[in-house]
Amino acid sequence: MVDLRVRIGALTLANPVMPASGTFGPELAQVFDLDALGALVTKSVTPEPRAGNALPRLCETEAGVLNSIGIPGKGLDHFVQVSMPEWRRFRAPLIVSLSAATVAEFAAAAARLAATPGIAAIEANISCPNLEEDGRAFAMHPGTAAAAIAAMRAVCALPLLAKLSPNTGDIAAVARAVEAAGADAVVVANTILGLAIDIERAVPKLGAGMGGFSGPAFKPIALRLVWQCAQALRIPVIGVGGIASAEDAVEFMMAGAAAVQVGTASFVSPTTMIAVLDGLRAFCLRRGLPRVADLTGLALPGRPRLAAEQAPGRSALA
Amino acid sequence: MDLAAAAFPVVERSVTVTESAPVGRRYHRLRLDAPDLSALSRPGQFFHLLCRDGGGQGPYLRRPMSIWRCGQDQPLGFLFHVKGRGTAALAALRAGDRLSVLGPLGVGFTLDPCWRRILILARGVGLATLAPLTDAAAALGIAVEAVLSARAPADLMAAEFAGMSGAAVTPVFDADGSSAAAAVEALLRDRFARARPDAVFTCGSNRLFLLLQRLAGEAGIPGQVALEQQMGCGLGMCFCCVRQIRAADGAVVNLRVCTEGPVFDLAAALAW
Repeated sequence: MVDLRVRIGALTLANPVMPASGTFGPELAQVFDLDALGALVTKSVTPEPRAGNALPRLCETEAGVLNSIGIPGKGLDHFVQVSMPEWRRFRAPLIVSLSAATVAEFAAAAARLAATPGIAAIEANISCPNLEEDGRAFAMHPGTAAAAIAAMRAVCALPLLAKLSPNTGDIAAVARAVEAAGADAVVVANTILGLAIDIERAVPKLGAGMGGFSGPAFKPIALRLVWQCAQALRIPVIGVGGIASAEDAVEFMMAGAAAVQVGTASFVSPTTMIAVLDGLRAFCLRRGLPRVADLTGLALPGRPRLAAEQAPGRSALA
Repeated sequence: MDLAAAAFPVVERSVTVTESAPVGRRYHRLRLDAPDLSALSRPGQFFHLLCRDGGGQGPYLRRPMSIWRCGQDQPLGFLFHVKGRGTAALAALRAGDRLSVLGPLGVGFTLDPCWRRILILARGVGLATLAPLTDAAAALGIAVEAVLSARAPADLMAAEFAGMSGAAVTPVFDADGSSAAAAVEALLRDRFARARPDAVFTCGSNRLFLLLQRLAGEAGIPGQVALEQQMGCGLGMCFCCVRQIRAADGAVVNLRVCTEGPVFDLAAALAW
């Protein structure tokens, strides 16, 4: 048997597989048992209702998608009063993704969520590229990222995960800043800003112009960001970006992730998360690893290496 | 329906193509070996298809495809316009190839067993979406009158539409001007006057949707429209497939075609 449990700060998850915010909802329970997941992650909740961005909101590329959905939603009151009772039907820990326009709004909303029963952690979405002018977000700079996290930390005892942005020159600096501000973990990374143009009409293919790119083509970049953050931090890293298979998840964990999120791949195959979980277990069995957590950081510099060939029953670590 | 199907009503599964054939000049039909999914499916619902040709080539995202044939006694079928990369990959499938389907999805048409007759107005491949409604109506003893609009007689798929349902089909064409808005309006007004339908249904044309919405509204006849939209997940998670719908309180809201639709109240839908 493989011990699939992983620790994210004070949280212990039954396994390391969870959805990426914005690509998941209770609707997926029509397809499989969501309680099989390590955690559930909501679409970002905003303090006030939002209509979302202009259509088209999604544009596919050869190996991924650009999106500019714009976080449509009914606001925090509706979330607490109407959505939370629905989420409480599930036993898997609930991570609520929270987005806001200002530091003060982030803090007020985090305090409200902290007072709401049934929430295991807050994922602070300080990195959505689709809300502000020219794709700006808190997580582009260490100072603004830390300010948002510190304000939430001051009013909220729930585990706080900071979702970082790839749209920054020095992600390790941003990661260190949110760690110092009190984040319990980082989620690496949100979508990377991109663009596609309809050449017949000479306009961007997305209604909003630019969008966030995700999917398999983004994986090497996200993996590199996880690798950089894992080496810069003591708090855990949750890896996300282009994961579509158990092999992808193993790569992220070896690069330093304690857990993984699956996003865009669920659009192509909604059962991807179950396949990732089954495949992680099988990989650990095959390589003689007693705990999935043993994968975390295996490929980081200075770590003991997995033997290239593994005889049955032998120790996995050479 | 077994217990697993009841607990998880939406199925992702690779199924075998049993028939793949061109229809007319621009259309194609597929039939699949998935009797349980066919039995679970309702007219107006759709499947999200992973469009990969026999060689595994195709676009990254799935494509939503409304159900053309479904039910206890017949294979699950799709009839579509071969238009872009996704539908080209589907049309390249041959009998024996595998196709990953996700569904059945969405809210289908509603038929009131008390109705005596309905009228269907369809344009182009929109008739594929409305075709299974004719069987469902026939099973309830509801008479179906259909006005099918097409470019030319060669594009009219009356047999593909009506199947064995016995629907009375009136074709109108661009080629002879009978599909012009004024001509269709006169035709519908005549039908409403002679044999008033209990409900009307449409799919496939913004122009015909607006016409039917106006005429049905004037006559006080309820109606339903099946809307199309580009989709991401097909399950209601990504919020990319919204359309504007007028809520009961008059406010215009964005609703997901995949989840709150694809079938909406005719009077509530806004033009696209």
